Amino acid sequence: MTTPATLSFLLMDAPYEQSRTATAFRLIDAALRRGHGVRVFAYEGAVSLAMTAQKPHANAIHGRTVEEEAHPTPHLWVSALLDLAKEQGVVIDWVNCGLCVDERGATDVVAGVRRGSPADFWKMASESENTLVIATR
Amino acid sequence: MRVLQMIESAYRATLEEQDDTVLWFTRAIRGAGAAADVLLCGTAVSYALRGQSVEGFQVGAWSQRHPPAIEHEIRKLMESGARVVALAEDLTERGITASQVIAGIEMLSRKSLAGLFGQYDRIWKW
Repeated sequence: MTTPATLSFLLMDAPYEQSRTATAFRLIDAALRRGHGVRVFAYEGAVSLAMTAQKPHANAIHGRTVEEEAHPTPHLWVSALLDLAKEQGVVIDWVNCGLCVDERGATDVVAGVRRGSPADFWKMASESENTLVIATR
Repeated sequence: MRVLQMIESAYRATLEEQDDTVLWFTRAIRGAGAAADVLLCGTAVSYALRGQSVEGFQVGAWSQRHPPAIEHEIRKLMESGARVVALAEDLTERGITASQVIAGIEMLSRKSLAGLFGQYDRIWKW
């Protein structure tokens, strides 16, 4: 039996650019399923992960309609992680870097994501058993 | 908690951000109480080079005021008490000599890295 911990993640990649993003979501999913509390600080392009303006599309090359394609939108993944935390009875705190939000106009985000600063990240890291920075390369 | 910010990728959107995003972030968390130092390695050792300037950046009618001044940012970081280290082998590979390095930056060899890492509670690689 694993002792519940609190784990922090800093994400930096913008959506639809790197497999690191999908890996980060899988790591957070795994942590929540094991009953760990999770803190996420989205820095730079990663603030766009939670933008609700993302839309799925059909794919003519795949020969599929919008419904058939079920194209992933990262904001739905963010919502899914927030919901999973609720189901698991553990805390997830998702903070978007405020200045990064302003730069990108990424203001409309899924409910439950809040705005913050590097000071919030430092608080998260200070209160966590460990912290993983997944930076843009 | 002591943190080593290991910066390997350099010049990520520095013109758009008017800074290096990780140096900026390091100054910000130090302001929030973090005992954070910096290790420059890979392409980021170029930040240790004195005399860089991107003054004069222009796109159409847009002339960029306050372009990134990495040397200034590193000096401010060190003034705040942060230790800044550059990996000696990566400097050498790029033809950067000790005399060209910003005063105050320590140069450490790769074989010293384990000892350096041992001085920190967290190492965050960027």
